[in-house]
Amino acid sequence: MSKFAKLGSVRRSWDTAIIGLLLLVWVFASLTTSNFLTPLNFSYIFSNTSEIMIIAFAMLFMIILGEIDLSVASILALGSSMLGWSYAKGAPIWVSILICILVGTACGFINGFLVTKLGLGSLAVTIGTLALYRGIANGLLGENTVNEFPEFWTSFGFDTIGKSFMPKTLPLIIIFGILFGLLLHKTPFGRRTLAIGQSPEAAKFAGVNVIRHKMIVFTFTGFMSGVAGVIYTFRFSTAQADNGVGLELLVISAILLGGVSIFGGIGTMWGVVAGVLLAGSVESWLTLQEINAQWRTIVTGILLLISVAAPVLVQKGKARRELKALKS
Amino acid sequence: MVAKGDLLLEMNGVQKRFGGAVALRGTDLKIRAGEIHALLGENGAGKSTMLKILSGVHINDGGTIKLGGKDFITGSPQASIDQGVAVIYQEPSLFLDLSLAENVFIGRQPKKGVAIDWKFAQSEAARLFKELGVELDPKRQARGLSIADQQVVEIAKALSMNANIILMDEPTAALSASEVERLMTVMKSLKAANKAVIFVSHRLDEVFAISDFITVMRDGATVSENPVGKTDLQKVIKEMVGRELTELFPKTENKIGAVVLEVKDLTNPAYFRNVSFNVKKGEIVALAGLVGSGRSEVARAIFGVDKYESGSVSLNGKALPAGSPVEAMNRKIALVPEDRRQQGLFMVAGVNRNISMESFDRLTDRGLINFKRERSLTNTWKEKLSIKFANQADPVDRLSGGNQQKTVLAKWLATDPDLLIVDEPTRGIDVATKAEVHRLVNQAASEGKAVLMISSELPEVLGMADRIIVMREGRQVAELSRKEATQEKIIAAATTGKRSA
Repeated sequence: MSKFAKLGSVRRSWDTAIIGLLLLVWVFASLTTSNFLTPLNFSYIFSNTSEIMIIAFAMLFMIILGEIDLSVASILALGSSMLGWSYAKGAPIWVSILICILVGTACGFINGFLVTKLGLGSLAVTIGTLALYRGIANGLLGENTVNEFPEFWTSFGFDTIGKSFMPKTLPLIIIFGILFGLLLHKTPFGRRTLAIGQSPEAAKFAGVNVIRHKMIVFTFTGFMSGVAGVIYTFRFSTAQADNGVGLELLVISAILLGGVSIFGGIGTMWGVVAGVLLAGSVESWLTLQEINAQWRTIVTGILLLISVAAPVLVQKGKARRELKALKS
Repeated sequence: MVAKGDLLLEMNGVQKRFGGAVALRGTDLKIRAGEIHALLGENGAGKSTMLKILSGVHINDGGTIKLGGKDFITGSPQASIDQGVAVIYQEPSLFLDLSLAENVFIGRQPKKGVAIDWKFAQSEAARLFKELGVELDPKRQARGLSIADQQVVEIAKALSMNANIILMDEPTAALSASEVERLMTVMKSLKAANKAVIFVSHRLDEVFAISDFITVMRDGATVSENPVGKTDLQKVIKEMVGRELTELFPKTENKIGAVVLEVKDLTNPAYFRNVSFNVKKGEIVALAGLVGSGRSEVARAIFGVDKYESGSVSLNGKALPAGSPVEAMNRKIALVPEDRRQQGLFMVAGVNRNISMESFDRLTDRGLINFKRERSLTNTWKEKLSIKFANQADPVDRLSGGNQQKTVLAKWLATDPDLLIVDEPTRGIDVATKAEVHRLVNQAASEGKAVLMISSELPEVLGMADRIIVMREGRQVAELSRKEATQEKIIAAATTGKRSA
């Protein structure tokens, strides 16, 4: 069995382990902090992770393909700035929302075009567009912010449904989660996504149109970043150029935490949902413990390292034990 | 100093086994100074194992090897070099950004005090190149040199280490005709300098043009050792083939119908030129020839994985657009590729996921895969092809080579193709499974599919094919019917390009 396959089986168990870990964190957090396990706090957790979750649904496909998109947070900001700018110029709010999503989709399409048609690496391309898209947003709004939006939409951003703890954005996220989950696990498109990540050459021989497939994934990643831009804008009632700075790393860490292989070919939707919620829950616990922001970043970093290292370490330990058994 | 004709190396009854597989069962080889010695045999005859023992990669399990009367120390490449044995590989491994002189003296730079004496290195390299009859500039970079000239640099490096015996493993396989000439000149210079050259080649015309002595190997043993004057092409081919055709191939006579695949003047200058043939319903056509003769590339071009420059492919009378595997699949072409691990399978994915990969049309309801039908599809093919696995979701990586190959076949047979292309369908699988694969391919033909088979195993080609097309260096050199084909004729065409009687 190849090394890759062994790692594969460990990773597959990792995405179930992460769900266990999530429950463990919830138990630990509720034992140490009285107001962790409350509807209000969970409302915060869901709400705070809205954009990360939305983008992660698409980024999951990206990383399974063996590609990456680092420009998602910049797309979010550009979309948000366009939303604010057009609304301030007098466009109806629904037009502005549409603009935000369309701009996001176009940005994703451009990324995909540069990667597939010009054959540039996605890491290089999206580092470039990360700066470019943010730059355009800056050019558009500069230091200005737009923060007057119709109440219906700002309420959509930060209110909960009735008296429940569910943020109004939650149904939307759940719908997207189900759609993308089905897409990955129950459709030929999902199977082909995994196939490309496992072996681009075998995918070619299996008649998969790898270039078109990547174009589609880049484009819908842009689309979802645009959707996240809409939510972000209304959640903070602010359209500005530096919205969501650094969000791309939170998205990628949550995905890796969810057991998706950075080398591509392996990943599940439930793993990613658990990964995002795990990161969000740890963050919430740290906040409730009044541990300051720098520490929170450090903890997130450590979590990420664990998620990347754990499968490898488990595998190495196993190999060492096998070797010992052989020698004795 | 050694004189011409002195016995340099003597191998007697050398044996080597890898686990249960016997690679050498008693090989003899005598090498004399000032001699060009060809080592011939089919794939798997044990030539490479011999060379690897001499170059120190493997240790022999039995037999004796004497070098200049003393026991030869095996098992260490450095020891082989110290004893004057050097290997030139098919693909030279020069440092492309260094000069030729630097390459020749890499790791052993001549010193003047603490500094490297580049003057000496350059003049010495120049002297060696001159001795070899190819005057390369020692100061130029290795980048941009032809493969043949890179081999010359490697040979110069060997000479600078005082090599007496130079081993070349298929040195001409990657060379063009004019480059082959050049290498032959170099080999002659080595001979003139009383060195011994041992070379492996599948191009028999070259072998007869240049060697002094020919040793033929078959199934891990030496069959004959003859000076070139005392043997001939026909004899050598007979000795290489040796064994009788086995009854591995349950050939059935099928009704042969209309033309399914028509290839016309297909050309991709890098690999093949003007290839034209057809395959009919119920017929098995084999593409025979040496590895690297362009057969797989033709198959890849037909399926659309690679593009071609000119010519046309049509299926059931309608042109097939170039470069689109998706279109090829829609038109019911299936390709079981050469390299099942890299091209045929998704090794970490389950057996079921591999088998269902091309059959989503039949497995989806409103776009969603029906897992129950996927399971039953896998079971159907598991039974039809008797594929052995414990669990449907087992990664194919855990299956044996034979079962992996059956999985690839299952995945494509499940699409019910009109044209089935199989590239080296039985490479690296055991005899029993081989017979099963042959049965499956035959069965596909008897069901009325057109089959194009690429195989380097002659018994397989002769046992299975209705028609055989022989390729050599990207060109079609012969077409033989089942009746007229013999191993000798195929080897003659594949190695010399000529049709023999």
